Amino acid sequence: MDRLPANATRFFPDADALAAQIPDGALLAMPPDYSLPAMAVVRALIRRRARRLKLLGVPVLGLCADLLIGAGCVAEVETSAVSLGEAGLAPRFTEAVERGEIVVRDATCPMIHSGLQAAEKGVPFMPLRGVLGSDLVALRPDWKVIDNPMGENDPIILAPAISPDIALFHARWADRAGNVWLGRRRELATIAHAAKATLVSCESVREGDMLEDELLAPGVLASVYVTGVAEAKRGAWPLGVIDEYPIDDAHLAAYAKAARTREGFARYLDEWVLTPRKSFSPA
Amino acid sequence: MGSYAKEELLACVIAGLVGEAAHVAVGAASPIPATACSLLRARGRPLRVSLLHKRKGNPFSDGSRELFDLAGQGRIDVFFLGGAQIDGEANINLVRAEGRRFPGSFGSAFMYFAARRTILFREEHSRRVLVPKVEFVSAPGWSPPGVWRPGGPQALVTGKAVFSWQKDRRRFRLESVHPGHDLDEVRADTGFEFDCPSTVPATIAPTSEEITMLRGSVMREIAASYPEFARRVWPQRSAAA
Repeated sequence: MDRLPANATRFFPDADALAAQIPDGALLAMPPDYSLPAMAVVRALIRRRARRLKLLGVPVLGLCADLLIGAGCVAEVETSAVSLGEAGLAPRFTEAVERGEIVVRDATCPMIHSGLQAAEKGVPFMPLRGVLGSDLVALRPDWKVIDNPMGENDPIILAPAISPDIALFHARWADRAGNVWLGRRRELATIAHAAKATLVSCESVREGDMLEDELLAPGVLASVYVTGVAEAKRGAWPLGVIDEYPIDDAHLAAYAKAARTREGFARYLDEWVLTPRKSFSPA
Repeated sequence: MGSYAKEELLACVIAGLVGEAAHVAVGAASPIPATACSLLRARGRPLRVSLLHKRKGNPFSDGSRELFDLAGQGRIDVFFLGGAQIDGEANINLVRAEGRRFPGSFGSAFMYFAARRTILFREEHSRRVLVPKVEFVSAPGWSPPGVWRPGGPQALVTGKAVFSWQKDRRRFRLESVHPGHDLDEVRADTGFEFDCPSTVPATIAPTSEEITMLRGSVMREIAASYPEFARRVWPQRSAAA
């Protein structure tokens, strides 16, 4: 038996076991619908009745946030937007904000990217151009405006470092060494670098070590960042994994319609989240 | 010339505004701007179009921050923004209006500064959208001297009219009204004041050549990233493609 380092990646049997690693109240960073959300784990979080989560959208959120908010798992969201894309507004997010049921810390995309980049470098902030004159600045006392110390009379905004408790996303592959292949979705690497722990569901776990393959390695997140992995086939569904399965547009449209009312959303949860299913393959 | 869809007219208008740009980026849920860029390329214009939410073959490989990094360096000539509300100073609001919550500001508070030109686009032309003063400034239409701002608004395109932005006057100017609408209607449905020439031309309708391109290679390209949009605008053709 190999002597594994203390921070070696742990392998979990399924999405529910991964969801059990996410404590109530955690600051949970997640990607948008186009960038590999861990939907099977999100459904498991709802089944385990997670509470008081703080979501961080990197840099925006979609279905995963709408489901968690509708199911009462969320206290606060920091994001640049929550939307279902072509399927329209995120109905549970919209209603929860309009009723004052959750706190929204509105941001703009590159401020979130910059805050995570600061955290991954271990520095306290990252400067960013633009943003000045937006009402966002007044809402965010944690964003500071300073005079550019390298120039003169040149105001510039600083994004504070953001270090999520947990980064959660899906991937096409993990390997036995605990590495995860993200391909071009490098924002997922940035979240993992910045987060205190990273949990990943994946389509399959490969034998061997992807870092020893020159073609795969540039798309790999090294196991040093990966806290836990679980296999979850079709784990991004109803979102897609490129070259594996496409976005299930019909399902998203049906969700957007059903979730317009609390009753419709409750029926959706009963059918697609709370009832154990053998497979999330579309009929 | 024959009949055309409103979306086809708007795509042709936007294509004209994009003009001589070298690099255009198209953000989330922007099928009409994407159609405009595809049309320019179909006409043979050597234009780099970065469709950010292209389902396959997204133009970047360094994650979703790469767009903003590129823009910050001045590598994006034209970008598109909309708004739940837009006011006469070109401020845009993507957050909340009349007690309703909207998705959020996305990258607007940065891209409106960094992209060299921004074309504001909102199909709904009403006093609900085009307001005297936005309730929340996601991104300001102009910035005081001394604030870094290489870019800003170029024009505002709606379902009824085209306005240009006059940076020195900080006001919109009505450039044309789309066929089927008139100046009185535009005045009645616009909540902010704008400059207006003594005669306002009609927006130029798509040519038959443009319509042929739109319903051919452009439609096929757009359907790959915006399938719902393509089904709605070109119902028979996209089903056959």
